[in-house]
Amino acid sequence: MKSILLGTAALAISASVAFAGSHSVVRMGTEGAYPPYNFINDAGEVDGFERELGDELCARAELTCEWVTNEWDSIIPNLVSGNYDTIIAGMSITDERDEVIDFTQNYTQPDPSSYLALDGADVDLEGGVIAAQANTIQAAFIASSGATLVEFATPDETIAAVRSGEADAVLADDAYLRPIAEENADLVMLEKQELIGGGVGMGVRESDTELKEKFNAAIQSMKDDGTLNALLAKWEIGPGF
Amino acid sequence: MFSFCVDPASLDGLAWMACYLTTGKHMAIYTSLFTVLLLLAITAPSALIFGFLGASSARSPFPPLSWIGKAYIAIVRGVPDIAFFLFFVIALDQLFEWIRHEIKCPDWEADIWQGNDFVVCDIAKLPLGNAPQWVHETYGFFLAVLTFAIVFGAFAANVLYGAMRAVPHNQLETAESYGMNRRQVFWRILVPQMWVFALPGLSNLWMVLIKATPLLFLLGVEDIVYWARELGGSKTARFTDYPHGDWRMWYFLALLIFYLLFTRVSEIVLDKLMLKLTHGQATLAGEAQRKAAA
Repeated sequence: MKSILLGTAALAISASVAFAGSHSVVRMGTEGAYPPYNFINDAGEVDGFERELGDELCARAELTCEWVTNEWDSIIPNLVSGNYDTIIAGMSITDERDEVIDFTQNYTQPDPSSYLALDGADVDLEGGVIAAQANTIQAAFIASSGATLVEFATPDETIAAVRSGEADAVLADDAYLRPIAEENADLVMLEKQELIGGGVGMGVRESDTELKEKFNAAIQSMKDDGTLNALLAKWEIGPGF
Repeated sequence: MFSFCVDPASLDGLAWMACYLTTGKHMAIYTSLFTVLLLLAITAPSALIFGFLGASSARSPFPPLSWIGKAYIAIVRGVPDIAFFLFFVIALDQLFEWIRHEIKCPDWEADIWQGNDFVVCDIAKLPLGNAPQWVHETYGFFLAVLTFAIVFGAFAANVLYGAMRAVPHNQLETAESYGMNRRQVFWRILVPQMWVFALPGLSNLWMVLIKATPLLFLLGVEDIVYWARELGGSKTARFTDYPHGDWRMWYFLALLIFYLLFTRVSEIVLDKLMLKLTHGQATLAGEAQRKAAA
């Protein structure tokens, strides 16, 4: 009897050791199609603001990290079922998402969302047709604004829709639209901006509090010593902290 | 890739194109081409095995076995592919992990379902959380092959089931009258003769399978259509050395040519195969061949 008890105790301890040693490799899930936040560079690797940020966070939290790309539409289901351990994909913190997953503290200020339209077009933002990427805060915003929403799976397609005239304008993060407007003479930013969302944070599973605390501490240390502000300025993503 | 690619902005015409088409990102689309071909090469025979098992169990004289075969054919054929692919792969993956979890961590007390999260102990993860990325990708690829094989196996089973019934019954009766037992009749008379009836249906399936490969993306495998969309999308100069506008049309045109060529080659090969299988068969085409030779 005693040996059985001891045996179970030993098993329980080894199990808890295994649990503490979890996340020897942290898999970072991102979309890879949303510059400057994250994109695939010419060499075929994940690059961008979040790549640099994520690598720095992992170094500070002493974690080994690996980058994985996943399409935006199924990025939350795949986190929840354990295919990777974090979402670091320019995902704004919202109440709806917070019910399904947990977020670290935000690493960008609430980024203003802007409209991009064809140069010279007279856009009716209240009653017109506005494009947005599906499952984003911008899509939810348009759906409740009274304008007609057309959704696309990738951010790139939303721009193509404006060009083809399928949509009057596109609503997306200011940092994403600005370089596009600068390089294309036929596209302009509208003056009106919308302040939606609670800033961008990293998504983790609700059961993964240990990992969330590690990243929270790392983000805080980057905020404290100003490195986060430097990164935000380098990639031209909104105001610093 | 090439030595002159150091400063792409200074290049134009063919040189620019040569550099552009050999970036690391373009290597990914060439690799994914092989992924698709490999998938087809593995899926086709495994779907045929699934189909053969399904068809032979559906026509089994032992009722429960026949029910299993018929249920497999009916259910998988009836469910839309896209629903099957989205639901089935995640469910299959979780089933594997749950079985490993039960075996490897019997004293785990927390729930497997914690709210929305599916949590199994670390050593039961499949592949292990610390495995390198290529292991994850290979695992995903084989889940994809398995799913494709199950789906297309059901269609193949239906084709083979019909083909088995199309073999003239007097052939089987003659075999029996020669003293062959049930097994011998099946393997020596029925199976060799059924292919000629099955091939038109199977070649149809092969064509559908070729065109179904973009479904791979639903399974998390980055296939050529994904890369065509990603590479073709407009790129701004801030984030790449090779800025360009919306080139998706050209990429999709290339895909169209690839798929057309591929299906055309398949058609030619299948026609040759049909000619070979027809030889000496008691079918109209077989009879025509005999007369032409005589």
